[in-house]
Amino acid sequence: MTTTLLQIHEPGETPEPHQAETGIAIGIDLGTTNSVAAIATDGKPEILRDKEGDGLVPSVVSYSDSLPVVGREAVIQQMRRPEAVVSSVKRLMGRGAADLKSLSGTVPYEIHGDQQVGMVRLKVAGRVLSPVEVSADILRAIKARAETALGHDVNRAVITVPAYFDDAARTATKDAAKLAGLDVLRLVNEPTAAALAYGLDRGAEGLYAIYDLGGGTFDISLLRLQQGVFQVLATGGDAALGGDDFDHALAEAALKSLRRETPTLVEAKNLLLAARRAKEILTERESTEIFGSIHGHEFRQAVDRVAFEKLIEPMVAKTLKACRQVLEDAGVQASEVRGVVLVGGSTRVPLVRRMVARFFGREPLADINPDEVVAAGAALQAEALTRGGETLLLDVIPLSLGIETVGGIVEKVIDRNTPIPVAKAQEFTTYQDGQTGMQIHIVQGERETVDACRSLGRFELTGIPPMTAGAARIRITFAVDADGLLTVGAQEKTTGVKAEIAVKPSYGLGEDEMADMLRDSLTHAREDMERRLLIEARVEAERMLLALDAALKSDGKLISPEARQAIDAAAQKLRSTLSGDDRDRIGAAVEALEKASHSFAQVRMDRAMGQALKGHSLDEVEASMATDRAE
Amino acid sequence: MSQIEQDERFPKSPATGDVSPCWSCKEPLAARALFCHACGAVQPAGNLDHFTRLGVPRSFDVDGDKVEKQYLGFQRVLHPDRFVAKTAKERAIAESQAVSMNEAYETLKDPLRRAAYLLKLAGRNAAVSHDQTVNDPALLMEAMEAREQLSEAASVDEVEQLQVEAGAKAIDLIAQLSRAFAAEDYDRADTLATRFKYLRKYLEETRARRVALEDSAAEDAE
Repeated sequence: MTTTLLQIHEPGETPEPHQAETGIAIGIDLGTTNSVAAIATDGKPEILRDKEGDGLVPSVVSYSDSLPVVGREAVIQQMRRPEAVVSSVKRLMGRGAADLKSLSGTVPYEIHGDQQVGMVRLKVAGRVLSPVEVSADILRAIKARAETALGHDVNRAVITVPAYFDDAARTATKDAAKLAGLDVLRLVNEPTAAALAYGLDRGAEGLYAIYDLGGGTFDISLLRLQQGVFQVLATGGDAALGGDDFDHALAEAALKSLRRETPTLVEAKNLLLAARRAKEILTERESTEIFGSIHGHEFRQAVDRVAFEKLIEPMVAKTLKACRQVLEDAGVQASEVRGVVLVGGSTRVPLVRRMVARFFGREPLADINPDEVVAAGAALQAEALTRGGETLLLDVIPLSLGIETVGGIVEKVIDRNTPIPVAKAQEFTTYQDGQTGMQIHIVQGERETVDACRSLGRFELTGIPPMTAGAARIRITFAVDADGLLTVGAQEKTTGVKAEIAVKPSYGLGEDEMADMLRDSLTHAREDMERRLLIEARVEAERMLLALDAALKSDGKLISPEARQAIDAAAQKLRSTLSGDDRDRIGAAVEALEKASHSFAQVRMDRAMGQALKGHSLDEVEASMATDRAE
Repeated sequence: MSQIEQDERFPKSPATGDVSPCWSCKEPLAARALFCHACGAVQPAGNLDHFTRLGVPRSFDVDGDKVEKQYLGFQRVLHPDRFVAKTAKERAIAESQAVSMNEAYETLKDPLRRAAYLLKLAGRNAAVSHDQTVNDPALLMEAMEAREQLSEAASVDEVEQLQVEAGAKAIDLIAQLSRAFAAEDYDRADTLATRFKYLRKYLEETRARRVALEDSAAEDAE
């Protein structure tokens, strides 16, 4: 085989669709506490670091009259002007005001107004911000860091999310990326990304458990690794449990023993920071002190590791309960697990390591930096998606999806741990004579009643022709794509009335809000989309012309000269549109060519059919499929 | 809003000689082709039964390893991740292929779903596929007794013992199902599958009961 040194293409011809505009794509771990970016080249991930060699960007944003400041500088601002700084915003992604009440005391934010619907808003430095906007600011900073490190534009990324993130939180993450001007190639679950980085590094095969305890979320995933395929068997977790809760437990214990009244917001934030430092020190040492002040009275409080462990033990036990459920869901014994990989900064806590080791009956693995392994995996996936590769991630849906039926009962349509992408349809009927509309309420969760599950959205199917109760047949389709995002469609079968929604409303941003933010953020999403569609149309047209040329060369004699002339004319017309930028003209020319060549295609079909009927065995067909696949 | 029934349409496997044009370049292709041999475009999923789709013989006794291997092999080439750089249309087609593969895999790897599916393929309006009350007094009696036993189980150990017994029953039912399908005795297979469905529900309940007992034991310990 010879090596091609130079590839020559006809002017305007692109060998692969929009390869020119794609360039590279990075992997981003958008974390509760820290965010990390990485890039992979030839299967080797590399963390993108700043001048000081630090790969972690604190997920903290400081707001003022000028541009927002992200990262270490914002952390310093947090001590000076806590009211202008936002941290741990990931916990609020896709969350409503009601969710926040259940998290009360654990989020040091000032919430704007008493909004009953939609995602929460924060009041920061006199501005009102959604968690999506704050996350977009973090992503912009990450994007800028990557561009500085790599020396060119970065527009595409694989972004990781907790496996246990529901649809609203996933959508919010994707919206944030859009605001930051990043095209999301794929949302990848954090434990799956970690498994990818770990498995490829070690050439691991067999069953692996990924225990991922971050700042604000906990995930446990069980994967089977074989020959480059990373197949998630089951996943579980808690989207509101993490190291932040350890900090809170410490801070609250300190306040309780001091028996002082509630601190101010500023003091509470500082106390939480002090508690976090104490927690980190307790990883290395047996005891330390927490410094703080309440209404100006300074205090210091001693805390030792034993006391700390007693505080957090119930939380760690909760994570192990999720581990047990995941093993049972997959029908696997703890002893069959070949390795347990620790991910997330909170797995540095000694008690976590001890309890995980006891549960699985083996020492967990943590030889890849638990803060960086997720970003490394995301980068590997970004490379596989853009450059191609042998590895494949097969993931599952973490929480069951269903719809509300009579009496507030949930009818499950897709069970948790079903491999994605998945589409399921179910038929429903009306329960009243003459009923012309139907409200469809979509929920996510494992419980049987609607109240105990999470509401994703409602939509209305209208225009059902009046019929007797039970006569209408409404087919509802749930489709979950490879990002874990849900689209629901409904159709009345006797009339064909259709309704389709991307699930968004309950806790998402409204279409208008998103549009405004997009305008504000000065991204050029529409132009990009238009350009992409134009390039796609060109590529499709070129492929059609190539195929037609080949078919004419071999089978051109099957048609009359007149028919041939019509095809040639239409093909010429299409070629002439390709140099222009008018997608509609290209589309019209493609259609005209399809029409002109229709009878030619038909003749070739008939001939092929005749040959096929002469008797080809099943084996031959399978053999040809196999070669097709091998290509 | 009440549920009536799952969609009952069934794919007919195309005859070997069936040919249809490539959606992209109109090249004639075998109806089961995954890719066009002329232009390389991925082809729509089409109506194949799950066994044909995964390329395994139609039988209750499927080779689990073969199903696994075929599934992973197909996903390697059809998963949407392989089509990120392709046109929107190809991405959509690849997704529909991956969806169909996932559905076939989920159905064939699970004995209960596989049994229900085989009964549907055999043209049976099988009881196992419906939620109506079953006409099997012995089964109902057994189920009632089992539930009573479970509610009386006061310790985790007792529940685990019940789980072991139910697990053994499941293995026995699978063996009986295999014989019934081999003999093409679909009425018997339907009865057995319905029993299996009840046993599954019962296993879920034992699991919930055990977790509840563990939780209360943990609370007492505190």
